[in-house]
Amino acid sequence: MENHDIVIIGGGPAGMAAAVAAFDSGIKDVVIIDREKEVGGILRQCIHNGFGLHKLGKELTGPEYAHHYQLEVEKRGITVCADTTVLSVTPDKVVTATNTCGILKLQAKAVILAMGCRERSRGALNIPGTRPSGVFSAGCAQKLINCEGYSVGKKVVILGSGDIGLIMARRMSLEGASVEAVCEIMPYSGGLTRNIVQCLEDYGIPLYLNTTVAEIHGNERLTGVTIAEVDERRQVKPETKRYISCDTLLLSVGLIPENELTRGAGIGIDPITGGAVVDENRMTDVSGIFACGNVLQVHDLVDYVSDEAEIAGKGAANYVKGLDRAENRVKAVAGNGVRYVLPQRVNTRGGDTDIFLRVTAPFGKVKFTVKSGDTVIATAVKLRATPGEMEKITLKAAKLRDVDGDIRVDLEEM
Amino acid sequence: MNNMKYTVAVIGVGVIGGMIGRELTRYGIKTVMLEKGNDVALGASKANSGIVHGGYDPEPGTLKAKLNASGVEKLFNTALELNVPIKRNESFVCAFSEEEKEHLDVLYKRGHENGITALEIIDGDKARELEKNLSESVVAALWVKNAGIVCPYELTVASVGNAMDNGASLVTDFEVTSISKNGDAFEITSKDGRTVYADYVINSAGAYSGKIASLVGDDSIEIIPRAGEYLLLDKSEGERVSRTIFQVPTKEGKGILVSPTVDGNLLTGPTAAVVASPANKETTADGMNKVNTLALKSVPTVNFRNVITSFTGVRSSNKDGDFIIGESAACPQFINVAAIDSPGLTCCVSIAEYVIDILKGIGLTLEKSASFNGKRNDPHFFRKMNDDEKNEFIKANPAYGRIVCRCEGISEGEMRYAVRTNPPARDLDGVKRRTRAGMGRCQGGFCSPTVMKLIAEERGIGKEQVTKNGGGSYIVTEKL
Repeated sequence: MENHDIVIIGGGPAGMAAAVAAFDSGIKDVVIIDREKEVGGILRQCIHNGFGLHKLGKELTGPEYAHHYQLEVEKRGITVCADTTVLSVTPDKVVTATNTCGILKLQAKAVILAMGCRERSRGALNIPGTRPSGVFSAGCAQKLINCEGYSVGKKVVILGSGDIGLIMARRMSLEGASVEAVCEIMPYSGGLTRNIVQCLEDYGIPLYLNTTVAEIHGNERLTGVTIAEVDERRQVKPETKRYISCDTLLLSVGLIPENELTRGAGIGIDPITGGAVVDENRMTDVSGIFACGNVLQVHDLVDYVSDEAEIAGKGAANYVKGLDRAENRVKAVAGNGVRYVLPQRVNTRGGDTDIFLRVTAPFGKVKFTVKSGDTVIATAVKLRATPGEMEKITLKAAKLRDVDGDIRVDLEEM
Repeated sequence: MNNMKYTVAVIGVGVIGGMIGRELTRYGIKTVMLEKGNDVALGASKANSGIVHGGYDPEPGTLKAKLNASGVEKLFNTALELNVPIKRNESFVCAFSEEEKEHLDVLYKRGHENGITALEIIDGDKARELEKNLSESVVAALWVKNAGIVCPYELTVASVGNAMDNGASLVTDFEVTSISKNGDAFEITSKDGRTVYADYVINSAGAYSGKIASLVGDDSIEIIPRAGEYLLLDKSEGERVSRTIFQVPTKEGKGILVSPTVDGNLLTGPTAAVVASPANKETTADGMNKVNTLALKSVPTVNFRNVITSFTGVRSSNKDGDFIIGESAACPQFINVAAIDSPGLTCCVSIAEYVIDILKGIGLTLEKSASFNGKRNDPHFFRKMNDDEKNEFIKANPAYGRIVCRCEGISEGEMRYAVRTNPPARDLDGVKRRTRAGMGRCQGGFCSPTVMKLIAEERGIGKEQVTKNGGGSYIVTEKL
């Protein structure tokens, strides 16, 4: 058994930023474990640009953004244990992992979970039809094209207008494939506006809202899909069925935080975010285990992942130093028009605290009100709010100090 | 392979063909197994309920009743020898009304007539005491204590692998298009012009057995393909029930079941719909809804948001309702093993032994071979090791330390083993059925590019030649 101050599971953007922040907060014995041969996580396959505008003040590609943090990790001499898969984490912070040298066990004082998320698969959608090849999750196709260097098909339909789907519509077009349609079952896209403009509109790719893939055809390779409009209950309207010939179907239908290790450690999960329930330091309900990045909540931008990871890294360092002494935590809950709030527990005697949330549907101008009982803690007005873009509201320390009951965030349309 | 002469050719390599092939090698018979697909277990053997049926269901006096009664223990013993996961998890046949309850008495009596005594009728409360998630509307249940579950495709792979280890040959991508008698021997030719010769032919071609029989002028077999749709749920649902939960059977079949699998998932299904062709393996919105609704009738707490995949299997039924096993009236030395629908999986070993008796009866000399070894090495030896054993093993075999399929925890070493071991996996689905890589929550989203690379390396082919399941099911089109 090796002993370490902080063990971080996952060397993607969250794990690396958390490691750097923990180190800079004074804890030098930090180990990052990653299952791939190189750190960077999913950023390594995201060769498009648009990363780092908020965080680093420059526009980078995914690998460049990852490289920035990789250099910061190397500069500090933080240990990276690559090509190593974590098998389990216990509540008393024993991490068991495997690699080509054998099985290793590490006893940590604090653990930071940064495993990221996975894509929802075809099976989970129950799309009727056959089971040919040529049906990929968008991220899997992205890896095959950008990392392995292979084309996956010539004529493409994409189901789901999440950001990866939109990015892949453009990527497939650039590789000479014809993208016949992007279908979105909801009345609005879950992706960033900038991606709809830059990835679909600029390439003349049609986006069909309220539309889904109703059937999959082909016995060996995919030969086509039937698409159809859906009603308010998201049920297929049979009279709108339409066949599109294609050899490739990409699915970009949602990301699921990958919390199998988290559950194994007995950590409480928020049913809405799919990630752990955490406090303002991103500590879970198991003392000394922290979570950040897409394993905690699915983010729109990697920049925000880095921000969140820094909170967790600092929080874990303070925990190791014995500085976590908050005694006045209250619950933060979602009210009208709000899908979830994170963190779910907030220290009322700490400093200024940012809370993050997503709205339930697209809105125009809205006002958010953060209250505890009848006391207003903060308000914020936004010109528009959509489920695809995370909102942030800062709660001032001075206002929090008087709070002794649960905090609730409500939205009202203006 | 050209002009190869065998004593017996087995056409169609599902669980029946595989078990017959294995049984033949027990007697040192020179055997070839011919398969039209590029792997074994591609028909009903890969897509069925995986149930070891107790034997209460078949009509007394039928071949099904006889082979089921003798088949259960034979299957348990064989699975053990072959290191295939099998579990005696018992089953309930649930009645939801007084009328259905009467039917349980019929099944109970029928069971006893068939020689099955491990049966008990219990009331709804007792049933719920044993299975806490069972519906409140269950009024009574037939408790079948000898029933079990098994992994049907692993059983097929293991039987074929063991047959090959004992000297049998497997020829894949061999779609039989003509069979003629050349002197004493059958001349069997494939679509792509390859030929094998054999003294005896076993027709275990499943849904296509009618078509194969007609090649020797035997038009007596009419297979009615009946499709069954299934929904498979994540392991988080795997403990909803510990027993297999049936509903009182109807004319269409044994109804929708809810069952744990030997791998810890939860399986629901199947529907029963006559289809035009056995190639009709699509799932339908109606079928999936039906499975969902009827499964909830038995076990209302099943969370169908945790479905990880859906699939359809096609049963080879016939009008008569019984297995057709025997030498063809139209063609001597040609043995039909056809219309093997439920409880065919349960009967696979007893059917194989029955076929051996038929061959004996028509003059094939059979003496047990001294070199036959019925045991097969456990392909899952690694996952069964404790941490210390794994540690030692990885030091000598580093590829076992590198996890490729994160959902199921399958290492590179286990995947390479699947490509190197009889019958070798040749594509993504082949590796999946042998190792479970890609069978978990992400359904291969993360691991398939790496599995593809391993298959290409092991087989010495380009990645663009690696398929999902043979034929034109390529994954990537070209190098960019």
